[in-house]
Amino acid sequence: MSTNLIQNIAHENILKAMESVRDLGLQPIVAKRKEAFEMFTAHGLPNKKNENYKYTSLEQHYTGKYLYSPFTTSQNINIDDVFKCDVPSLDTELIILTNGWYYESKSQPKLRKQNNGIIIGSLLEAMTQYPELVLNYFGKAAETYTDELNTINQALMQDGLFVFIPRGAKLDKPIQIINIVVADESIQIYPRHLIISESEEDNQLLICDHSLNPSPFIMNGTMEVFLKDNAKLSFYRMQNAHNHSVQLTNNFIRQSKGSEFHSVFITLHGGTVRNNLWVDLMESEANCNINGLWLADKNQHIDYNTFIRHHSPQCNSNQLFKGILDDEATGIFSGKILVEKGAQKTNAYQSNKNLIINPSAKVRSKPQLEIYADDVKCSHGSATGKLDDDAMFYLRSRGISHKEACQLLMFAFAGDITKQILIEPLKKEVEELIDKRLRGELSRCNRCAISCS
Amino acid sequence: MLKIKNLRAQINGKPILKGINLEVKPGEVHAIMGPNGSGKSTLASVLAGREYVEITGGEVLFMGKNLLELSPEERARMGIFLGFQYPVEIPGVSMVSFMRTAVNEIRKYRNLPPFSSSDFLKYMREKKELVEIDTQLTNRSVNEGFSGGEKKKNEIFQMAMLEPKLSILDETDSGLDIDALRIVANGVNKLKRPENATIVITHYQRLLDYIIPDVIHVLYNGQIVKTAGKELALELEEKGYDWIKKEFQN
Repeated sequence: MSTNLIQNIAHENILKAMESVRDLGLQPIVAKRKEAFEMFTAHGLPNKKNENYKYTSLEQHYTGKYLYSPFTTSQNINIDDVFKCDVPSLDTELIILTNGWYYESKSQPKLRKQNNGIIIGSLLEAMTQYPELVLNYFGKAAETYTDELNTINQALMQDGLFVFIPRGAKLDKPIQIINIVVADESIQIYPRHLIISESEEDNQLLICDHSLNPSPFIMNGTMEVFLKDNAKLSFYRMQNAHNHSVQLTNNFIRQSKGSEFHSVFITLHGGTVRNNLWVDLMESEANCNINGLWLADKNQHIDYNTFIRHHSPQCNSNQLFKGILDDEATGIFSGKILVEKGAQKTNAYQSNKNLIINPSAKVRSKPQLEIYADDVKCSHGSATGKLDDDAMFYLRSRGISHKEACQLLMFAFAGDITKQILIEPLKKEVEELIDKRLRGELSRCNRCAISCS
Repeated sequence: MLKIKNLRAQINGKPILKGINLEVKPGEVHAIMGPNGSGKSTLASVLAGREYVEITGGEVLFMGKNLLELSPEERARMGIFLGFQYPVEIPGVSMVSFMRTAVNEIRKYRNLPPFSSSDFLKYMREKKELVEIDTQLTNRSVNEGFSGGEKKKNEIFQMAMLEPKLSILDETDSGLDIDALRIVANGVNKLKRPENATIVITHYQRLLDYIIPDVIHVLYNGQIVKTAGKELALELEEKGYDWIKKEFQN
């Protein structure tokens, strides 16, 4: 197919989905959809001419027939029976989404407000019950960027998680969102989350992406996080759906004065994965520490894009992203740090390291700094290489097999990221998954009752 | 135990070993001395199985097997241990998991069941006491941030853990102060058994005050040019290597 033809088909497919959307009875959604529809008509899908998507073409994927479902489709699945995340001692407040829709059940009410003021539930329901609160934030972090993926999410968004944590409130347990994809045919889904925290307590949020059967899907999700003055949040994302999936995530973090955002992304499986991690340090003394690890083999294509904007003085940002690439896999990291004129005394660090196991694997690393202030400390570094020969020989000279020596060294390479996981049982589980993944064994969460495919 | 016959080897096309002959029997301690660049470390690398050294002739038999056909890990499992001149730092790999993996691989080769966690820790504690290694060191990543002396002590500790038949200590004395040297040498002496052998590679005589060799060989220009008893070390210390070079050139 010619490039033009691909473009046209992909464009048509998305427009078709856009025509089938429902207004969901919510005027703000209607308005957002309309705005996005117009932007999409003007800009279309990102293609290789777009510097930000140079190495990841999405048009090809959107030429496929992926059903868009404007309605909740999962009523006939009893998720409570199917799903139990049984990681020992990982005790979480579980929120399940199926195919992009909030899954309402006895144990998972549409929306609830706890005594401490914390609100947890469906975003659409929150918009109905607390329109002022929600609309004060909804779309506000994302709209400062023009990103085509987010535009498509905005036009086609379904439902997702809403969390509001007022000052001083602490979640009883970490919140764990399980995004489950279950369908007999190929589908496209668009979850949308909104997280607002005013609390300086150590609150934690975890998103796990699973797939229940091997049907291909495109997931294009947007999450907006607002951290108010001195608020704190740790956020973890585990990407572990099958390799026929296209997983696109847009993560917008907007931080006020003195707030702290700590985050770890782990990508184990997924055919094409693109994670946009964009942080705005709006006010002084805000800190963010973002980390990512991807393990890719076969034909997997993993693309991480970070953008940290220092708008105000005395903020710190720290980024560490590591990839292990085997077979024909491709790993991409592009990270940009922007320091605005007024953002004096900024500390901004970025590091990307890649380990290539097979010479056929490809790595692209593009660090960028753009600095307009004159009193800042910024650095970035990127290194790509194979396993260290001297270390390999040292291990083998003690009787350790070649395979096991590789395993030890790869695991050590990943260790810099896993040690950033501050929920101990989750860290243990992730380490176990990584160990299995590196051994080429299936690394589904083995205690998870869903046997993902 | 070890028979080296007319061994020739090169690195990047440059001949380094030019016909080495050496036989080591159980219970013996051999010292290999020689000036810089004579091929001492290359010989150690060849015996341990380093791939960048290309063998161009000769043979090496260990316990009757052709050593040169075996991978580094197979040699280690058969009982060859190389104490590195420059031990490698491996951040992120803990000493405990490193040693546990290695010990269990070797036990598997010897048809022994793997150690349980508690048995392993007990075994490790005994060996640590034996070679007087600081407990803290085994809680860290392999050699990471270790001082020169700590790295060398760690080599001896690993030797104690793996219980090799033939230990090759490559310049184990370099960079050691006298106290560390004594601890390292004590470790080697304590591990000495009638059925085991040791090859000590050194530039200086100093280490041989503590580890008494049965035989001393002088390696020069890729060949063993002199073999004698322990008194040779003193002579070398006194006169340097020049007289040997001269003798050899004549």
